[in-house]
Amino acid sequence: MKQSLFESRHKAEWERFSLTLDSLERGRKTSRTGSFPGDYRRLCCQLALAQERGYSSFLIDSLQQQVLRGHQQLYRHRSQLGANALGFILADFPRLVRAQWRFVLAASLLFFGSLIGFALLVYLFPDLVYNLIPVEQVSQMQSMYDPDGGHLGRSAERAASEDWVMFGYYIMHNIGIAFQTFASGVLFGLGSAFFLVYNGLMIGAVAGHLTQIGYGQTFWSFVIGHGAFELTAIALAGAAGLQLGWALIAPGRLPRVEALRLAARKSVLLICGVMLFLLIAAFIEAYWSSMTAPAPTTKYLVGALLWMLVALYLLFAGRTRHAPE
Amino acid sequence: MLETTALPRKATLSPPLDTRHQVETPEGIDLPLRPAGLMVRAVAFSIDLALRGLILGLLFIVLAFLGKLGAGLGSILLFIVSWWYMVLFEVLNQGRSPGKQCMGLRVVQDDGTPIGWSASLLRNLLRFVDMLPFGYFLGAISCLQHPTFKRLGDLAAGTLVIYREHPLTRPQLPDVEPRRPAVPLTLVEQRAILGFAERQRELSEARINELASILAQPLHLPASGSVVELNAIARGLLGPA
Repeated sequence: MKQSLFESRHKAEWERFSLTLDSLERGRKTSRTGSFPGDYRRLCCQLALAQERGYSSFLIDSLQQQVLRGHQQLYRHRSQLGANALGFILADFPRLVRAQWRFVLAASLLFFGSLIGFALLVYLFPDLVYNLIPVEQVSQMQSMYDPDGGHLGRSAERAASEDWVMFGYYIMHNIGIAFQTFASGVLFGLGSAFFLVYNGLMIGAVAGHLTQIGYGQTFWSFVIGHGAFELTAIALAGAAGLQLGWALIAPGRLPRVEALRLAARKSVLLICGVMLFLLIAAFIEAYWSSMTAPAPTTKYLVGALLWMLVALYLLFAGRTRHAPE
Repeated sequence: MLETTALPRKATLSPPLDTRHQVETPEGIDLPLRPAGLMVRAVAFSIDLALRGLILGLLFIVLAFLGKLGAGLGSILLFIVSWWYMVLFEVLNQGRSPGKQCMGLRVVQDDGTPIGWSASLLRNLLRFVDMLPFGYFLGAISCLQHPTFKRLGDLAAGTLVIYREHPLTRPQLPDVEPRRPAVPLTLVEQRAILGFAERQRELSEARINELASILAQPLHLPASGSVVELNAIARGLLGPA
């Protein structure tokens, strides 16, 4: 068949298909969506014919463009996020954390190990803190948690707008750290390990130092509440990063790039859960931890409850298959 | 234009001369995608960077009037603009951030399908590593050594930055009387003659003659007037002769 005959025979069809594509790309509903897959496959067939018969480049290229556009409309990666956020929160996220328990364990050991270890060291040998944190920052930290200074005790007169400032700041700062910890895992896990240990050391140093000089009450009652979510989230972000690194170190039977791609697809889900945790943490930090009205005992109690809640959630949520639905 | 069509069955496809990336669809069609290289992506990123700076600058001026509330909003906005700007544009605007749109680029998945939330989030989170140790050093190295110019984020997310397709205009063939070729043509020769006729408007006189003399020999055409002959054959291939 000559090209001009072929073109004139299918021209109307192609124009119709192009119109359907236009409206689909703009997200509008059309009456022709039902026949779209059939139309698309007929177009593919025509393209194959045109190539096989050696028709001109113009025809083949324009058919190829149409097929590409159709391909992008017909085939999509089903998004694992968004589709059922509730199911993800209630079951899939804790399930994922448990499935990745090796990485979670490794990251937790790195993070909490360095945190607790260095806190104890600083508590026993107070001068160690200056090896890690400059003097000015230490004194700034001290004045912040000074029981008499009352910087945290913005108590009653503290305006709601100030909570807002801190809420915004915590979101930006903490999620930024979590993202860094995760992303740098692609450097064979070294980046994640570094950020986990580094953040662990920093927090440990501050905790050890403040406890040692007797500001423990203000410090611990402040951090215990949101720490449940914040510290867990950092450890989980590190776990996601380590997973990326491990895929590169030991890809198994896959090529490294492919292993990385598969690991990344899972770890990005972990990161979504981490973001959720950090949002909750920022909320608690800005609106509950900063309150000075409740007695420290209440704060410790609530803090312990929150820690338990996180542990129970990660350990037991989603154990039964159809609980979320 | 190099085509991978009309090869004998079972012949392995020879890799194309340019950087086109073939994606085979479930329908058995090879779709060519044209990956974008380092320079054009760097320019697109610079545009995005400048735009982000501008947005933040304007917002901070506005928020400065709001006092404390503004400061809180400001840090949330800073967070959104620095980490989510690319993700939001890529997912909601068919894979195009404003910079990419300016440079005629878009992001797609490896298989040519539109980019989703998780892939976009991933490739933009790993931007942090691509920027290490300074100024996109790792990203640039990865981009330069990869056949389809992927940076680390693209490798992990399985995405590809490609040139957007532009609508084609129908080329005008020279107006001559169609005729049949003297010898039977192979498909490659047929495509070559059609390509010659379609692209003639863009070529200089000397180049046309040079190309025609190359084509004339295997087709047993006289050296003089071979351009007209070739155009006539092309016409004949297209329509009734």
